[in-house]
Amino acid sequence: MIEVKDLHKSFGEAHILKGISTVFEKGKTSLVIGQSGSGKTVFLKCLLGLFHPEKGTISYDGKIYANLSDDEKRDLRAEMGMVFQGSALFDSMTIAENVMFPLRMFTKQSKSEMQDRVDFVLNRVNLFEAHNKMPSEASGGMQKRVAIARAIVNNPKYLFCDEPNSGLDPKTAIVIDNLIQEITDEYNITTIINSHDMNSVMEIGEKIVFLKDGHKAWEGSNQTIFKTDNEAVTDFVYSSELFKKVRQMYLEERQ
Amino acid sequence: MTYLYNIGTYFLMIKEMFRKPTKWSVMKTLIFKDIDDLIFGSLGIVAFISFFVGGVVTIQTALNIDNPLIPKYLVGFATRQSVVLEFAPTFISIIMAGKVGSFITSSIGTMRVTEQIDALEVMGINAINYLVFPKFIAMMLYPFVISIAMFLGILGGMAACIYGGFSTLEDYITGVQMDFNTFHITYAFVKTFVFAFLLATIPSYYGYFMKGGALEVGKASTTSFVWTSVMIILLNYLLTQLMLS
Ligand SMILES: Nc1ncnc2c1ncn2[C@@H]1O[C@H](COP(=O)(O)OP(=O)(O)O)[C@@H](O)[C@H]1O
Ligand SMILES: [Mg+2]
Repeated sequence: MIEVKDLHKSFGEAHILKGISTVFEKGKTSLVIGQSGSGKTVFLKCLLGLFHPEKGTISYDGKIYANLSDDEKRDLRAEMGMVFQGSALFDSMTIAENVMFPLRMFTKQSKSEMQDRVDFVLNRVNLFEAHNKMPSEASGGMQKRVAIARAIVNNPKYLFCDEPNSGLDPKTAIVIDNLIQEITDEYNITTIINSHDMNSVMEIGEKIVFLKDGHKAWEGSNQTIFKTDNEAVTDFVYSSELFKKVRQMYLEERQ
Repeated sequence: MTYLYNIGTYFLMIKEMFRKPTKWSVMKTLIFKDIDDLIFGSLGIVAFISFFVGGVVTIQTALNIDNPLIPKYLVGFATRQSVVLEFAPTFISIIMAGKVGSFITSSIGTMRVTEQIDALEVMGINAINYLVFPKFIAMMLYPFVISIAMFLGILGGMAACIYGGFSTLEDYITGVQMDFNTFHITYAFVKTFVFAFLLATIPSYYGYFMKGGALEVGKASTTSFVWTSVMIILLNYLLTQLMLS
């Protein structure tokens, strides 16, 4: 479980996060949604400890990040997995080496143990024959799967994904969303996904935090998001013509 | 102000480079890879340039001392002096600022813009140690490159001398061996080590701290080349003043 209280983050004069509080539960896939530039990535990087917030606390299963010693922070980091927006695979390594990298860095496993684990997670993300390819030879969807495999190879307690399905076709996007949700379920991870994609919201939005201009403007789930009157949310949700039409039909039906 | 800020950040980076070292089994492979890229990858161009510039130095010296009173072996002597003292350590380092420097800046910069550096940091890895330290160690072999440049420069001079008919092989060799001062070699290699350090760290700095996208990677490489060369020239001046005068 991750608890965020009154989180503020600025870059120089620019106040980006303006006091965000929320709770992300264990074993659940939570979505952080909002328009481009609303601060989703900055928020996630604060949770990862890449950015240091000026104010507010973040606690991981009760441990407040700012109060940890450097060693404890490192141990905590080792329990986090991250899927970056552009996958961020190391392009000088093969796919298998990318996935093995966290194991080589942080465990004392033997070569064959590591290889078994790499096979296991690559199979888990449905990649069976890509081991020796370079990242540049893999498709966007494949790179995302590798990034997920690398993020979960060390059995993380916390998984963060920054727009994991951006740049993918809608079908592959849903496959990736579902994959993340299944893995979250299976290994009881606290997962947070950044997204601006309504398909993700419908598919895996059991918990949704809506950001607007660095504020938390709304919180709910895919059950409640279509019923809210919050203008910022309806603006965002019904920005696409398709959803506008669906809403109109729904409203007409209700009358 | 930004100059001060850059200089400060640069020195913080140097300090960070030695902190929290990466696991040796991983570091070892990184070092070997960088030796391959930075040192072996540069030998071809360095050999080519050294040989021909050595030749040109000889031809020009020979043409300029076209006076019967000046002994012929001076051609070899002058070639040796300019190759060992300036041409190999300094001139080749400027070339390397272009070749190795832009390679380092663009490869680290690309890792920055594609969030690979963030990925390292998320894993709790000291990214500066992981990326810059192996380059620093690899560049400790740079004097080896410069020795080859010295050797080939003098060899190129010899070839030019004989083919151009400026002096005999014996005269040239006499000149090359004349008044040999070991301190000049010390001076040349002190410079080489200092330049090796600059060549590994300044381009890393510009790659590591860059912001933006692919276009900025290109710009950062250019800036890095400019500043690496400027620093090489400045320190060359300082070291020469300190050590030779
Ligand atoms: N490292 C940074 N330095 C300065 N400003 C930043 C930095 N990272 C993000 N920002 C700014 O923060 C705002 C939110 O960005 P971001 O979190 O990336 O939005 P998104 O919701 O699209 O992920 C943007 O205006 C961006 O310019
Ligand atoms: Mg973003």
